[in-house]
Amino acid sequence: MIAFIIRRLLQSLLVMGTVAFIAFSLFNFVGDPVNNMVGQEATEAEREYIRQLLGLDQPFYIQFMRFVGNVLQGDFGQSYRLGQPVLNVLGDRVPATLELVFVAAVMALVIGVPMGVYTGLKRYAISSKLMLTISLIGVSLPTFVIGIMLILVFSVWLNWLPSFGRGQTVNVGWDSNLFSLEGWKSMIMPAITLCLFQLTLVMRLVRAEMLEVLRTDYVKFARARGLSNRAVHFGHALKNTLMPVITITGLQVGGLIAFAIITETVFQWPGMGLLFLQAIQFVDIPVMATYLLLVALVFVIINLIVDMTYYFVDPRLRTEGKGGGH
Amino acid sequence: MADSKTIEKPIVEEHMGLFARIGDSFRRFLDGDIFYSFIHSPITVIAFVVTVICFVLAAFAPWLAPHNTNDIATLLLDNAELPPFWSSYTASWGEELHGRTEFLLGTDPDGRDVLSGIIFGMQVSLIVGFGSVILAMAIGITLGLISGYIGGKTDSVIMRIADIQLSFPAILVALLLFGGIKSVLPPAERQDLAIWVLILAIGVSNWVQFARTVRGSTMVEKSKEYVQAARVIGLHPILIMIRHVLPNVMGPVLVIATINLALAIITEATLSFLGVGVPPTEPSLGTLIRVGQQYLFSGFWWMTIFPALALVVLALSVNLLGDWLRDALNPKLR
Amino acid sequence: MADPLLKVENLRIEFPTRRGTLVAVDDISLHINKGEVLGVVGESGAGKSLTGASIIGLLEPPGRIAAGQILLDGKRIDNLPYEKMRQIRGREIGAIFQDPLTSLNPLYSVGFQLIETIQTHLPMDKQQARQRAIDLLAEVGIPAPERRIDHYPHQFSGGMRQRVVIALALCANPKLIIADEPTTALDVSIQAQIIALLKRLCRDHGTAVMLVTHDMGVIAETADRVAVMYAGRIAEIGPVKEVIKDGKHPYTHGLMGSIPILGHDTEKLTQIEGAMPRLTDIPTGCAYNPRCPKVFDRCYRDRPDLLDAGTTRAACWLYDDDAKAAAAVTGETAHV
Repeated sequence: MIAFIIRRLLQSLLVMGTVAFIAFSLFNFVGDPVNNMVGQEATEAEREYIRQLLGLDQPFYIQFMRFVGNVLQGDFGQSYRLGQPVLNVLGDRVPATLELVFVAAVMALVIGVPMGVYTGLKRYAISSKLMLTISLIGVSLPTFVIGIMLILVFSVWLNWLPSFGRGQTVNVGWDSNLFSLEGWKSMIMPAITLCLFQLTLVMRLVRAEMLEVLRTDYVKFARARGLSNRAVHFGHALKNTLMPVITITGLQVGGLIAFAIITETVFQWPGMGLLFLQAIQFVDIPVMATYLLLVALVFVIINLIVDMTYYFVDPRLRTEGKGGGH
Repeated sequence: MADSKTIEKPIVEEHMGLFARIGDSFRRFLDGDIFYSFIHSPITVIAFVVTVICFVLAAFAPWLAPHNTNDIATLLLDNAELPPFWSSYTASWGEELHGRTEFLLGTDPDGRDVLSGIIFGMQVSLIVGFGSVILAMAIGITLGLISGYIGGKTDSVIMRIADIQLSFPAILVALLLFGGIKSVLPPAERQDLAIWVLILAIGVSNWVQFARTVRGSTMVEKSKEYVQAARVIGLHPILIMIRHVLPNVMGPVLVIATINLALAIITEATLSFLGVGVPPTEPSLGTLIRVGQQYLFSGFWWMTIFPALALVVLALSVNLLGDWLRDALNPKLR
Repeated sequence: MADPLLKVENLRIEFPTRRGTLVAVDDISLHINKGEVLGVVGESGAGKSLTGASIIGLLEPPGRIAAGQILLDGKRIDNLPYEKMRQIRGREIGAIFQDPLTSLNPLYSVGFQLIETIQTHLPMDKQQARQRAIDLLAEVGIPAPERRIDHYPHQFSGGMRQRVVIALALCANPKLIIADEPTTALDVSIQAQIIALLKRLCRDHGTAVMLVTHDMGVIAETADRVAVMYAGRIAEIGPVKEVIKDGKHPYTHGLMGSIPILGHDTEKLTQIEGAMPRLTDIPTGCAYNPRCPKVFDRCYRDRPDLLDAGTTRAACWLYDDDAKAAAAVTGETAHV
């Protein structure tokens, strides 16, 4: 167990190192940050001064070492655009995005898994076919269109829900939307917008897995043993279905964070994604790099959790190497 | 049980035979399973018709669109902010505005016809869509052939890059590429080249699936004798491979291309919506939605809803076609 | 003779497809007596596994029973609602499948799967069920069952897993077990052990077995009677010794000629020309007519029913006249 965790941790470190390198490469190879900061009219002396200020005149590897060192101390550099430390800029934005992603992920799973199970079990029912067709529409609906439709209906026409921002938040160590009705009012439309695509993916995946598992010999054998439908479907089929679903869910978190950029733009949600988008438009590389690093970190943590879950669900991993006598 | 499998086998084999010879199968196509499943799937037929209509509208936009929205000289402020022809509303200055049949889906604040805007927008969307899919296909097939044929280190490097790229969502890759490429361009040319940068960014973000499919097929073909024989008679094996591998992968490549076209259209619209896509001077559907969204609260819903509808209908139709193609060409994926 | 335990009458299984209906099992009738082992042999695609599946009510759609009936203890079971049939599965009719590696759910311990099955059918509490599970494991020859009961399937070897599968089939002491190729996926050395085990257990418990296999050796060793299937029909049915030694149907004859016999100095093994027809193009008349060395014109015209052929019954026109003659002499009808 410990060896397993250590192996996974080392892999995670490797991934983080690679991403750090890519993020750092952005500084060196993409564009000229000095140009972006001072504009076309600056004198050569001004440019040189800023270059030294940012440490851009030093050799490549020193810059990289210094970059990694700084990052480990929580120093992500100065935003070119805003002229203040990236860490300060990020402050409230990280929890805003993480809360949104968390709520969307939970919604996608809580709704998507049962729908997938249902359509898998009732394969030929009209209701299943209807759900599948609707899910295809869901895949074809761009995230931002869903957001705009929701705003039009619930904000413009019905005037029930706020159309932008986080509204009122409660401070629970960070500013949170989860602990007040007002917070949820602001949260619900962005969360639905963000989760819809993932929801259809989860549903289709669970359905496909369910169909696959229902074809297996052990499910047929479970039926032949006379087990009740409930035991066969939920005891045997569903548990085996969940394994790949857990894996994919881990991967989907990356997708959720990426799509949060779009959702945050539609709803002007003050999260990391919106910041990142502005950073791209202004080629604000420290912010872009920090965003990349944060996304990678979330990604790595989620995958660690997924691996652990796997380890507890599947006895084949757990008993590896011991008690395998014949 | 074992017997039920053997009963289905002949049917599956027929599919596979068709699948394998997709290149020269047009004659069989008409009386084959594919045409059969096409005709018997009304949704697919509708999707096909809608797709064709969209393509034709986009291809002949200057002739088919009722107004030339790109010609600023024709815009009249008198025509601004008109609702769709069947409705009316009270403007902020108290005047009752009625829709006119001249502008079926209404106009925007500059007096541009929304319908014409959609048709021209669709043109841009489809140019970017097709351009990026062709690029993704070219990169994917080339790298797939190289990877599958040379194998060894080259193969593992290419496939590792593919794996890494796949673990990032395509939209994020496209966004990063777009930001990266744009920032190395001189600012003066950023506007003019935006559409090409977009094609490049979306194309590069979608090559992996093509490469994987072609690589798999190449590896199978590589070991066959005719490739060895070709080497003996002095032909470059790569040329032979292209001739033999490509027909084999035409089916799956077509499926991937169709689904990727829908994806590329959505990606382009998304990027344009985010404001990092094509410039407003050459609006795509995404740009129209982005601009229209600002007037949502003024009650001008038609400026954003109709382009959004057009986008959804286009993407959905292409997606439905792709979905059906996948089922028809490869029963294994069902 | 007492009523048979299982009676299959004129069973017909169809698969509706887009290109027309395939008849996978065509008008077969057979019976199994209490405690008897009936072997069912045939090439793959002959319909033997489907017959087994239809008896336990697990025919996979779109396959369906189109005609005929199945009786267990004189009661029809082929038209029962799902829930009624479920109670019969495992309780009255057990099943053993081909591949022990895939028959067990990898995520649950062997004990969980045994206890779950026992508690489904027998009124036992957890402790009693666990004790019965341990006893069953011991009975099927698994060493240290108290410890092994908590192990997962992947911790058992193939042969051991098939023993677990047999224990699962025996959980509620069924009267009949459908064993579908129970040894095919196993090593040859283990096959004999499993067959011996199955034979011993069924004798001890008085369980009847329908043993579906393509392996004549297994049949010869285990079965009391044997049904030879060809293209969805029964070609010949009779006591195992007679069928093996002196098959009356030309197909049985050919089938036996293709098996090497230890100790017999056979010049060369015969081989049946051609292949079993696909279900889409079964010839009219006798299905075996394209391959039959003794074919004559009637075989192309009419389909033979099972006819008395001495000690066995064979679906072959060769025995038509004999049967009539015999009937004329003894004054009995051909249908005994």
